[in-house]
Amino acid sequence: MANKRIDEATNTETVGHEWDGIEELNTPLPRWWLWSFYATIVFSIGYVVAYPAIPMVHSATAGMLGWSSRGELARDLGAQKNERSKIVAELAVTPIEKLPGKPALMRAAVAGGAAAFKVNCVQCHGAGAAGSSGFPNLNDDDWLWGGDLAAIEQTLIHGIRQPGDKEARTSLMPAFGKDGLIPADQIQDVTSYVLSLSGKEHASAASRRGAAVFAANCAVCHGPDGKGSRQFGAPDLTDAIWLYAGTRQAVSEQISAPRHGVMPAWGTRLDPVTIKMLAAYVHALGGGETFAPQTQPQTQAQTEPQAEATAAE
Amino acid sequence: MNKPEPIKSPGKPEDQPLSLYAKREPVFNRRIDGKFRRLKWAIMVLCLAVYWITPWIRWDRGQYSPDQAVLVDLAHRRFYMFGIEIWPQEFYFVAGLLIMAGIGLFLVTSAVGRAWCGYACPQTVWTDLFQHVDRLFDGDRNARQRLYKAPWGPRKIARRFAKWTVYLLISFATGGAWIFYFADAPTLQREFWTGTAAPVAYATTFVLTMTTFVLGGFMREQVCIYMCPWPRIQTAMLDEKSLIVTYKDWRGEKRGSLKKAQKSPGEFGDCIDCDQCVAVCPTGIDIREGPQIGCITCALCIDACDRVMKETGRPRGLIDYATLEDAEREKAGQPPTRHLKLIWRPRTILYFGVWCAIGLGLLFMLGTRIRTDLSAAKDRNPPYILMRDGSVRNAYTLRLRNMEGRPRQMDIAIEGLPGAVMWTEDMDHANAARTLVRTVPADETQGVRVYVVAPADTASQEFAFTLQARGDARERDEAEVNFDSPFTEER
Repeated sequence: MANKRIDEATNTETVGHEWDGIEELNTPLPRWWLWSFYATIVFSIGYVVAYPAIPMVHSATAGMLGWSSRGELARDLGAQKNERSKIVAELAVTPIEKLPGKPALMRAAVAGGAAAFKVNCVQCHGAGAAGSSGFPNLNDDDWLWGGDLAAIEQTLIHGIRQPGDKEARTSLMPAFGKDGLIPADQIQDVTSYVLSLSGKEHASAASRRGAAVFAANCAVCHGPDGKGSRQFGAPDLTDAIWLYAGTRQAVSEQISAPRHGVMPAWGTRLDPVTIKMLAAYVHALGGGETFAPQTQPQTQAQTEPQAEATAAE
Repeated sequence: MNKPEPIKSPGKPEDQPLSLYAKREPVFNRRIDGKFRRLKWAIMVLCLAVYWITPWIRWDRGQYSPDQAVLVDLAHRRFYMFGIEIWPQEFYFVAGLLIMAGIGLFLVTSAVGRAWCGYACPQTVWTDLFQHVDRLFDGDRNARQRLYKAPWGPRKIARRFAKWTVYLLISFATGGAWIFYFADAPTLQREFWTGTAAPVAYATTFVLTMTTFVLGGFMREQVCIYMCPWPRIQTAMLDEKSLIVTYKDWRGEKRGSLKKAQKSPGEFGDCIDCDQCVAVCPTGIDIREGPQIGCITCALCIDACDRVMKETGRPRGLIDYATLEDAEREKAGQPPTRHLKLIWRPRTILYFGVWCAIGLGLLFMLGTRIRTDLSAAKDRNPPYILMRDGSVRNAYTLRLRNMEGRPRQMDIAIEGLPGAVMWTEDMDHANAARTLVRTVPADETQGVRVYVVAPADTASQEFAFTLQARGDARERDEAEVNFDSPFTEER
């Protein structure tokens, strides 16, 4: 058994075990340490009773206070929602045309739109809303279907070429080359003409020939001067911005077999207030247009089956 | 590991179990009067007055800034000290002050020893205050000692309760005063009593009340001896030229009472072993054992000894402020070093020089700093936007900082980037120009998002925004930024 003795050098009792002449001093824990330890035990009992503590098969013991991290999150979210509810309610009753007249509400809408944009829109338009080939850059001042608040809201609600939405912005540019509507050489001529409109190529014999082809086939939608039409979402061919690319190859491909972008109708997925906020955000990206009666959205676009050249850029 | 050396407790038999824990010997310091005690009174009154009165001093800064002379406005991130206002990015002023305080401690220590510990340290001041409360309730040294040893009874409980209540009141006044440095004092006081102040105000008051209560009322000299790092640092700083409280053993030894000295004159020194120096010591040490960490050089023992020397008809200064070097000189019969020479030596001059240099540097910066600041952050996604007409747009977030206590008109301008114009979110693109005017509110930072558009074919390059406050040409700042563009120089 243990052979306890008092160590001479330190006057301390040993624990009584010896291993090859090595003994251990029996140094009790400091009193304050011991009491702190007991205090933590008492605390832990209280904690186990009050809070979720013991893991069971599917969940843990609930605790008498009924606290849970999920519940706390729900409470926090509820509080946030509550805080926002005044702004949301005001946004719900404010027509989007009236928004610029209420700067504080506009700022709140832009902030909310920025958050909603990151969830719903960045997949196509990019985190900075700069778009990419085929997906329009929303920062610039070029708008295919209109760039004032109401036009943007309309585009958001009904989408572009969204099947099943009767009010979706819809247009279809014929596949002039693929379907044999224009011979291949004339397609090259009209490409030269289109490129000369924006100064990317100089006027030439080909472009002069192309002008006649353009007037016969393209001017219906893109306008006689190539400035485009928002009624058909027909891009302005005279500016510096190209939805696809401004190279000769890209333009001739687009004339020959056009691609058409589709944007979902967000009216069926998001609530009207969120859409309003998104419209405000996109409008505030730096290229938003101010209201002018002549740029009111053309909601009957899809009833124009003869709408031909579109989305060429 | 070194084998711990057996520690011998004085007055205890060797075979008793040894403890590393030294039980505190309570200190009951006797009341004493003298020139150092009076100096201590004066400094105590001064320190407490500064502490309690400072937050209530008003200082007019106009309608836009608080009118409290000394205010650490954490909520708005401003620090006010009379005519000086410091923003967070100017925190180096505070850092400089702290460095000056540190070097100031070195300077004081090398010049006059542990004067900080003895007179001005809050622990000393409050301990002193609490010891006076002790004396007020329980009487002087002997009465307090008796009461301490007396068993707990109604009388002792009543006395202790009353005394601790006063402790608590003083502690509350101490902890409560602290919060007034961080908010408008009159407002906070009203809020505090009506229960509408911020929770942190109550928490701070509670914590500081309790620390004052415990540190000043009970731990006292133990803080100096065990907790405070400063005495430990000072032990390394003191040398034979430092002014410390010295017991002149060559004059005092061998100790003997008056009676003994009368019986055999010539055998005993000046010390009559009356223990008055021990009785008055607020940290309970015996200075005759030599310099020690517990000695805060409050010089009360000098007062006590001087009185005894006077009463017994001996020259004063058996215990006195003296350097170790001087003690040796005096022992050898030489005159002591002149006071000025004690203070004016290479080490103190060096500390003083560094201290002054930092102080002058801070003053210079304070005098030449401008209260206008501009910073610019460029939008990086997307880096540039091509516009319909081929021009290129970049977006920047400018932060216009008006650090003066009045709204100011400021001109923002583009420097470089030929042909570029800018406009802000809240104005019409058609009014874009190379300069914009904004009114920045008093003592605020205004964020402005600006769009800069440069003509077609403008290549990527650097340019600068400048901010000029109207009315003072010195109040100007600029921020260099990049302008990104799809076009390269060759085009």
